[in-house]
Amino acid sequence: MASQDDALPVGDGFGIRMRRSGVLLARGALRLVVTVCGLLTLTFSLSSLSPIDPVLRVVGDHASRQTYEEARHRLGLDESWPLQLMHFGARIVRADLGVSQTTGQPVRSDLATALPATLELATLAMLASAVLGLSLAFLTAARPGGLLDAATRVFSMIGNSMPAFWLGLVLLYVFYARLHWAGSPGRLDDAFEYTVDHHSGLVLVDAWLSGIPGAVSSAVQHLVLPVIVLAIGVTGKVARMVRAALLGEMGRDYVTLARAKGAGTARILLRHVLPNISGVVLTVLALAYASLLEGAVLTETVFAWPGLGRYLTTALFAADTPAILGATLVIGICFVILNELTDRLISATDARLA
Amino acid sequence: MIAATLSARRFRRPGFPQAAGGAVLIAAIVAIAVLAPWIVPFDPLAQDLGQRLLPPSAQHWLGTDGLGRDILSRLIQGTRPTLEFVALVVVLAVPFGVAVGMIAGYVGGRVERCLNGLTDIVMAFPQLVLAMAFTGLLGPGLINGALSLALTGWPAYARLMRAQARLVARSDYIAAARLQGIHGLRLLWGHVLPCCLPSVQVRLALDLAGVILAAAGLGFLGLGVRPPMPEWGAMVADGSKVIFDQWWVAASPGAAILLLSLAFNLLAEGLRDVEDPFHA
Repeated sequence: MASQDDALPVGDGFGIRMRRSGVLLARGALRLVVTVCGLLTLTFSLSSLSPIDPVLRVVGDHASRQTYEEARHRLGLDESWPLQLMHFGARIVRADLGVSQTTGQPVRSDLATALPATLELATLAMLASAVLGLSLAFLTAARPGGLLDAATRVFSMIGNSMPAFWLGLVLLYVFYARLHWAGSPGRLDDAFEYTVDHHSGLVLVDAWLSGIPGAVSSAVQHLVLPVIVLAIGVTGKVARMVRAALLGEMGRDYVTLARAKGAGTARILLRHVLPNISGVVLTVLALAYASLLEGAVLTETVFAWPGLGRYLTTALFAADTPAILGATLVIGICFVILNELTDRLISATDARLA
Repeated sequence: MIAATLSARRFRRPGFPQAAGGAVLIAAIVAIAVLAPWIVPFDPLAQDLGQRLLPPSAQHWLGTDGLGRDILSRLIQGTRPTLEFVALVVVLAVPFGVAVGMIAGYVGGRVERCLNGLTDIVMAFPQLVLAMAFTGLLGPGLINGALSLALTGWPAYARLMRAQARLVARSDYIAAARLQGIHGLRLLWGHVLPCCLPSVQVRLALDLAGVILAAAGLGFLGLGVRPPMPEWGAMVADGSKVIFDQWWVAASPGAAILLLSLAFNLLAEGLRDVEDPFHA
């Protein structure tokens, strides 16, 4: 970017760059809208391909022909498929996701209570794997081919191959049932389950706000295992991708110059290389967050964590179509936004792609 | 894939031991799947409620499950649905992704932009969650699960192929082939495709590790093969009910999933070092 802009008069260069980033932003927003529409269409087609007849669920198996047709008309199912899709889209825009057939509550309010629980889990796992992954990346990049490097490689490969739901069970067996170090499945001990009020939906915050002695430590005990399970797969990925980026920079001239000036490896990595690969780091972390959100689905089921994933799986067993569609859409939209954000981050931080 | 790995020139390359280890493990598991009906020590479906939840012993090497069925036999029989699932995803997703990517990269222009847009959109979808919704709404089973993973899995191949095909399309030897009067499908199939395949292989091996985990996850949630047919993920789910008292019921099927997924990851990492000329 620099060489291009240097050739232009100062004022013009700035104007062009502003216009270019505006175009990019608009294009990104457009793609986001198209992607979400695609997601909507796909989920809606799934529900209309489903062998479960939503009319029969309303009127029961023994309804007369006339009642059936009336209910069908009321549900809007006698309209053409594109029209139904449009109505579905319009309802989604109004944030109306229908009423869950299992909880009897609007799907929107169900999801609003489930979303913070998932975000809390994914965010804590994100923090853990960012800290651990980045430290491992720097340590292994400082001494490539060393013992720690080999160990990280093995750890990362096992983490990538690990079925999360099984690891969760193994950890529960060892640390809860045998050693009693960690809490049972669920968010709090039974003693606190009904005394801690739900304010934010984040168990750590709620436990702290309640002021009940022992509530916070109970919350932490219950969080530790699911966070570990989620973080294990991602930590290795973060470590290896950032390590590769660091090593890619190590042959550059500016590193040689820094070394010639007498800078140590730690100083070169942190002060000279890190700013240059910050885009890669951000991208890796954003991608990791997206995969954590998706990974939370299975982990929540094992740890009885009342988040989006568990809501989705219970809805699946009850064949609760509005709840399935709602949960899929919310997870999907979070995922799509994170992916889009990643692409923006890449082009914002990498001048070659701008 | 395996033949390429085994050709003598590549023996001494750095990734070889890994790739070979992965390939041998996979071959062993495929052999077990093929021979399953003849090597199971017990009938994997035979229930014996007098023998339920027995710990591992000389007779039942891995113990018995909640219905008194021999876990080792179910584990052996369970290789089949897992490998069938994987094969189905490969057959559905790879040719489609490769075709889309090759056309986009080779033709270029407006076609490329359209196909790119489609690829980007589908790439942004959450695979596992959509697969869950898909199997949940359309009914559990091998085919539905594989179909949905294929439906969201092809863009990775399309992206890869597009990048490769663009490079290859401008190369001298494609120009030479064109001068000899080769064009159209024959050029794409016979000259462009073979040059792009090595990196697709690596990507495929890497993906399959994830497909195995996804298949097991669907099975764990009860969205995979119908009971009583044995499937590894569903076996872990059975074991999770008694995990605190009879750990062995869930232990071995989970370890089997880990092993198979690890084998594909090993193969992928090794192949990348041995094979892919465009990597690093």
